[in-house]
Amino acid sequence: MPMVQIENLDIVFGNQKLESLRLLDKGMSRAEILARTGDVIGVQDATISVEEGEICVLMGLSGSGKSTLLRAVNGLNKVARGRCLVKDGERMIDMAKCDENTLRHMRTNRVSMVFQSFALMPWMTVLENVAFGLEMQGMGKKEREERANKQLKMVGLYDWRDKKPDELSGGMRQRVGLARAFVMDSDILLMDEPFSALDPLIRSQLQDELIELQKRLKKTIIFVSHDLDEALKIGSKIAIMESARIIQEDVPEQIVLNPATEYVEKFVAHTNPLNVLRGNALMTPLDQVAQLDDLYHVSEHLSLNIQAGVLKEALSHGQNIALSKWDDSMDIENMPENTIVVVPVDISMRDAVEIRYQTKQPIVLQENGQCVGVLGDHQFYHALLGKHFSRAS
Amino acid sequence: MNWLTEHKLPLGDTMETFVNWLIDVASFFFDFISVTLETLIFSMVDGLEWMNPFAVVACVLALVWWLHRSLGIMIFVAASFMLIMNLGYWQETLQTLVLVITATTISVLVGVPIGIAAAHRPMLYTVLRPILDLMQTIPTFVYLIPTLILFGLGYVPGLISTIIFAIAAPIRLTYLGISKVPNELREAGLAFGCTKAKLLYKVELPAAMPSIMAGVTQCIMLSLSMVVIAALVGADGLGKPVIRALNTVNISQGFEAGVAIVLVAIMLDRICKTPSSKAEG
Repeated sequence: MPMVQIENLDIVFGNQKLESLRLLDKGMSRAEILARTGDVIGVQDATISVEEGEICVLMGLSGSGKSTLLRAVNGLNKVARGRCLVKDGERMIDMAKCDENTLRHMRTNRVSMVFQSFALMPWMTVLENVAFGLEMQGMGKKEREERANKQLKMVGLYDWRDKKPDELSGGMRQRVGLARAFVMDSDILLMDEPFSALDPLIRSQLQDELIELQKRLKKTIIFVSHDLDEALKIGSKIAIMESARIIQEDVPEQIVLNPATEYVEKFVAHTNPLNVLRGNALMTPLDQVAQLDDLYHVSEHLSLNIQAGVLKEALSHGQNIALSKWDDSMDIENMPENTIVVVPVDISMRDAVEIRYQTKQPIVLQENGQCVGVLGDHQFYHALLGKHFSRAS
Repeated sequence: MNWLTEHKLPLGDTMETFVNWLIDVASFFFDFISVTLETLIFSMVDGLEWMNPFAVVACVLALVWWLHRSLGIMIFVAASFMLIMNLGYWQETLQTLVLVITATTISVLVGVPIGIAAAHRPMLYTVLRPILDLMQTIPTFVYLIPTLILFGLGYVPGLISTIIFAIAAPIRLTYLGISKVPNELREAGLAFGCTKAKLLYKVELPAAMPSIMAGVTQCIMLSLSMVVIAALVGADGLGKPVIRALNTVNISQGFEAGVAIVLVAIMLDRICKTPSSKAEG
């Protein structure tokens, strides 16, 4: 059972929802409906499900409806049509239709939220801010402060507990925002561009902290971002939104390799593939390498002798050169120069480029003990220039 | 031109008929308000007058210390009271303070809830705005006449006129404060499970507090500015010596009473302005 399941969800802002929905069904565009009824279509026909422990990133430009969709999950935005189911114990609660008390129960116990501009109460101390949600749960002062203190220690702000939010830096404030959400101990976290307002170094630091926290806490996170690099870094699944619709939903690597539309392609073109792509997507498969007997001619100067899928020897300029193996557990910096290295096929592009840099030779990839492909400069340049996803080909 | 002046609209007459009708049907109601407020004010004034003046000053100084922890303001307040006592306006100052505090308290008790309601219902504010403008722009003497008839001579018509004049400040600034609460704070409140009432008390009101406090301070100053006018309808206080001085062209008395009013104004302003965060919480 998924933690969050959104089915055919429409969100309309305005006074003529029924009429707008009717026009929407007739296939009218967002702009046409705005002109006809004055209503804004926030989300159109969104269907997505998020499994337990997943980080699902909603990605898109501003105005694409990603924050609107996120806010449907804790009922901050009214749903015009469709279902927004959130797991509560063994039941699925429809946030679109549940009553006030259920909604409050879900908000205090099941779903917590982190905001883009932190949304800390400026008149409360850091400690009171973190304890705010617990106070709403009706927890006593002593107990909630104890738990808030514990959470503050976890985000490294215990010494700041008596300060007001405006005495803190941006990064610290968002740590308070994270602590306020985490202290609720709810399984589902909604994050609305939590790191966008921070400078790049702090942003990447907090992203790393979130990934670390997630490893331990295994929350279900729905994360809104307009930054594909961020989405690729932290997301286990990415849904890309454009003008109120979800246009592609997939794992990060597939988004980069197979953008569904030109819009997605444009996003992808500006990302750094080093962190996302893996060897199997980059390599030239062995059967496409020019072959003569058992010799595979990788380049003019380099041929590999591969017999029954096992690399026997490598000849560079007619000279035998050393062979070696590498896997995740090994240090790259100590790889000897002028060596052909055999690596697992799912090696990250960053590692592959670094090995190539150290050994000054192409890399051989293997899967289940069988050599399957080679990776050289050509393949790296290809990926860096974004030529690997040309939809035309 | 002639036909315009010949057929004069009975605006004034209508108003007069309306006030007379009010007296006919609801005089007991106005009498009740009049008696209640007058009793309240008299007992407060009597209580303060019964106390030793220095004890009163000590209480005010304690309040200043609690709010501001500022020796400067304390010295100023003490010196001002000494000067007022020296000039012989102690009793009048007490009466004025009671009038101002009563008017402000009533204005805030009525105005803040109206401001909150207006911030939550845009339609209400659309209706309210011209009324507030009217209440502040109509010359005070104009509504002094009906209040005088309805409530009789004394403190109460002065108090009511003061409230009509001053209540717009807390309404407007409460409205402003609540409508300026950042949407994200509201969303944060809701997202962590606030009910509507908790959202108001835990998020909206604290967030709007600086604006509301500015409204209260303004309300106090507006009330004080009505002191002289209230004296015209028989309200005791620092306004009385000013009126008397005006009638007898007594420069020295007028100046002294004027100085006393200014001192009270500055004291109230310093005491009310930006209370420390401790007082807010």
